[in-house]
Parts: sequence; structure tokens; C-alpha cells
Amino acid sequence: MSELTELTVKEAGRLLRLGSISSADLVTAHVERIEKLDRQVKAFLRFTPELWKKQAEDADERIKQGDTGALLGIPMAVKDVLCVRDVETTAGSQILSGFKPPYTGTAVSRLFDAGAVMLGVTNCDEFAMGSSTENSGYHPTHNPWDLDRVPGGSSGGSAAAVAAGEAMIALGTDTGGSIRQPAALCGVVGMKPTYGRVSRYGLIAFASSLDQVGPFARCVDDAAITLALMAGRDPLDATSSDRTGLDVLNNYGDGVKGMRLGVPREYYDVEGMEKGVKAAVDKAIKTLRDAGAEIVDVSLPHTDYGLAAYYIIAPAECSSNLARFDGVRYGISTEDAQNITEGYMRTRRKGFGTEVRRRVMLGTYALSSGYYDAYYLKAQKVRTLIKRDFDEAFQKCDAIVSATSPTVAFPLGAKTQDPLSMYLCDVLTLGGNLAGLPGISVPCGLSEGLPVGLQVLAPQWGENVAFRVARAYEVASGVMAEVAP
Amino acid sequence: MPLSRDEVRHVALLARLALEPGDEEFYAEQLSGILAHIDRLQQLDTESIPPTAQVVEVTNTLREDVPRPGLSQAEALANAPAAVDGFFRVPSIQEEA
Repeated sequence: MSELTELTVKEAGRLLRLGSISSADLVTAHVERIEKLDRQVKAFLRFTPELWKKQAEDADERIKQGDTGALLGIPMAVKDVLCVRDVETTAGSQILSGFKPPYTGTAVSRLFDAGAVMLGVTNCDEFAMGSSTENSGYHPTHNPWDLDRVPGGSSGGSAAAVAAGEAMIALGTDTGGSIRQPAALCGVVGMKPTYGRVSRYGLIAFASSLDQVGPFARCVDDAAITLALMAGRDPLDATSSDRTGLDVLNNYGDGVKGMRLGVPREYYDVEGMEKGVKAAVDKAIKTLRDAGAEIVDVSLPHTDYGLAAYYIIAPAECSSNLARFDGVRYGISTEDAQNITEGYMRTRRKGFGTEVRRRVMLGTYALSSGYYDAYYLKAQKVRTLIKRDFDEAFQKCDAIVSATSPTVAFPLGAKTQDPLSMYLCDVLTLGGNLAGLPGISVPCGLSEGLPVGLQVLAPQWGENVAFRVARAYEVASGVMAEVAP
Repeated sequence: MPLSRDEVRHVALLARLALEPGDEEFYAEQLSGILAHIDRLQQLDTESIPPTAQVVEVTNTLREDVPRPGLSQAEALANAPAAVDGFFRVPSIQEEA
């Protein structure tokens, strides 16, 4: 393998500025890697050769002019839920096949401005609904560590692309764990920012009060710099914060000495936790203690109710957001409908896959007359309890550490027949979405030869704290994301 | 509580999802299973707890109302499955009298 596909952004940046490599070289190396591996991994849905040629040329020109931007010339993959002008964007759904957005979303356009080079669009669960990328309306993606296993989801294509050395960084979105869980299962770093940190303009919405855009990378530094460059206020997203993107880098190299790290007992002993995952996380916690952190017991007493609250709130929001897919303005449409209602109903039945229809039905039911108070309002109240749990826990600690996923990557098909077992994949991550917290997953060793992820959750706007703990772990353990064998 | 076939038909109409053979049974079974898990929410006393709809710190964010170019008619229609004379084409909305 070409070693250019094993570099971190920082290392590549140094070589680019020295003139020993060009962005075109980096892109070629990654494209060759894609040609070699992606027929098996299937991380990508489509490629963007016109973009990568033009963007690599521009980046090389800017480097020659003395521009030292950290992402200049860096090959990047983009999840199929982020609109890129004139590039087919389908949210992993047949209902949007052929859709070419007339504009580029803010997170992506900021990284384009920073000089990142787009290689292509990565696969995901349809409308980001799933934990294995098997709900893609196109094809499943395979875990580069074991091709018979899932990469996690919903951003499984982005995680697999970085893990396989097919892209240096990738963008994903996280509504219940869709960045952190695939990062864990593929052995890479994945960061879900605080709700409001990154603009959602140009993101095809799933659950608007939970969705956030975030980076995948091979090390914490690369994830941090990518986030810093795409974060910050955007007049086109009223929920985006005024805080500057550079906030996420504050003190983040300072190490964990003197920090208090909370281990929630409900997360530690969660149902379905595999022994090997627990052992890897125990070892990681010991590494952090040895590096000077104080480990404290905390409690998140409403953990058992998180999944139930989430599976009302997220489907309710999705049923509303997905009402726009009506076969009139974009995507596919059924012909010869007798009237417009029949046209809507047949288009949506044809265009949406099983999981999306299941959630649209569930959300519509929870919002329907007679059930609103019992389900939706109740779930929103439980969301308050879950947020309070975190508020109280953060009185006792600076950050929370746990496993990201209770299991390692599971075989393809293992959970597709039982939706609840698939939903349980996100039991340790979805609390962070309900409470709007930043969370990162970093590789912390292997169990049965497969990657395990350590999750660090921080208080709102504490991305720098999460990065700091994750980086201290990376330094102390020497465990870096490896390019999958 | 399990969903009845009537409820499935009602919700599918609200959700604008056509039902194909087998769908009613499928949704009734699957949604009932998920709702059985969700029913644990009823164990919690939330009488005095306010609901949380979102966790944003900013409120009523406004921006300057500055005109800027929007999509042209051609761009707006470019992705339409069917367009005619500069309009989106749809099946009939009203029955003939």
C-alpha cells in the first residue's frame, strides 16, 4: 500500500508545505486505494472526479502561494446527507435518486473554502436511520476489519472510508450515535459536536432537534482541526451558535492530570455489554487514571428510559421532516396517479425503505390526535429528566467516559429482523443527543480482533474537554487508529 | 398497547403511505413490539416536569433582511419529476364537479 494513505492530516500538511508531495499525489494515492478496495468495502456511493481534480489543482496553487491552511489539499469523503451543488445527493434513499442540489451546505462549503478535496459521497442508512448502514437504499457497506461484518451506522460509509485508507477525513452526521458508533466499530476517531456548534444548513434533516454534523479522522488532532474549520455561526441556521470554531481547540493539548472523569454505573453495566468491550474500556480508564485523571463514580439514573424517549422524539421529528418527499419537487414520482393524494402515497411507499416507513408510521402515530400527550409530550418530559441527569453528573466530573457501543462490529444481517435489537446499538450514545452534548469516540484496542471505541462525553460547548481527554488517552496509550488490514 | 389494523390504516393515511399486501400485518406487529418497549415511559411520574423540545442556547435569532439572489425558475424546477410551462406538474387536486 502507498504510505500516503496512512498519513495524518498534520503529517500530510507538513509534506505538502515542504513541497515533497502535492495534493494531486495525495488524491491519486487515495483513488488508487479506493480502486483496490472499495469493490469489497463499498464505502462510497458515488465519486466526484471533476471536483477532486479541480480542488487538488486549486489547493496546490494555494500552497505554492504560501497558504498554510491545515486542510489544504486533504482528501475528504462526504456522507450522502450533506448537499453538494450539482453532485447527486440522496440521503441513502431511492426516493431522492437523481437529486442534484442547487446549493452546497455550510459545513461542506467551509471545508471546501479551507481547501479540502472531495473524493466522493459515502453510503449511509436511509435518511441516517440505522446503526449498520444496511438500511441504505443502494447497498450495504462492509467493515474493512472484517468484510462479513457491518461498519456501524448510520455514517458507516464515512467511517469505513477513513478506516480503509480511502479518505483522510470524512463528514458524518449524528442523531443518536451515527458518528460515534461507526467510528467505534471501524476503529477511527469520530466526533459529534454540541447541538448548534455546526450549521445544519444543507443537511437533509432527519430529527432537527438532535442532528449534528461532525468529522471522522484517524487521530484526535485531525478531527479537532476539521471541526474547528466547519463550526461557528451561520446566518442560514438559526440554531447555530455564536461561539467561534476555534473554541474547540482551547487547552486541548493539556492532558488529563487533575481532571475528574466520571464513569456512569448505568453505562458500565448496560444490557448487552460484551466482556471484551468492557475489558478494553477498563484498560482505557486505567490508562487515563495512570495519566493523572481522577476517576469518579457517577449516575445517570434515567438511562433505562433513554431509548424509549428517543424512539418517540426522533421518529416524531422524522415523520414531520420527511413529509416534504412528495414526488412533486424532487426525486422519484409514480406516474398515472388518479389524484394527488394517491400520487403522494404511492411515491412514498415506493421510494422509502422499510426502516424509514416504520419510523414515519411510529412518529405519525405518536403525534396523532389522542396519543400526543401519552407519547410525544411524555417523551419530551423524560428528555428533561435525562438532561438533568447529565447536568448533575457534570457537577461531579469534567467529562464522562464509557464504551461507545456495547458490542464490536456484528455480522451483516444479524439485527435486521429485530428493529429493537438494532436500536439498542445506540443505548450509550443517544443520551448525548437528547441532552445536546459533545461526544467523541476514540479507538481503545481490540476485542476478538475487532476495534473497540472509548466514548468521552463533555458538558455542552465542551468539545475542547472531550478532545483533551481523547487526545490524552491517545498519547498515553499509544493506540492510534490504524488503517484496517 | 398493540395496534389494530384500523389504526394502522388510519396512521398510514395520515403519513401518506400507501399500503401494499402484507403491510398492515407488518406494521401492526412491528410497531406494537416497539411501543411495548416505549410503554416503560409511563412508569415515570412526570407530572411536575416541563417538556424539553430542544436544547439550543440561542433564542429568536434574527438576521438582517438583506435581499440576495435566490434560485432561478429553471434551477428550482431542475429536479422536478415533471414540470410544464414553468410549473411543477401534479395529478389533479380537485374532482370534476
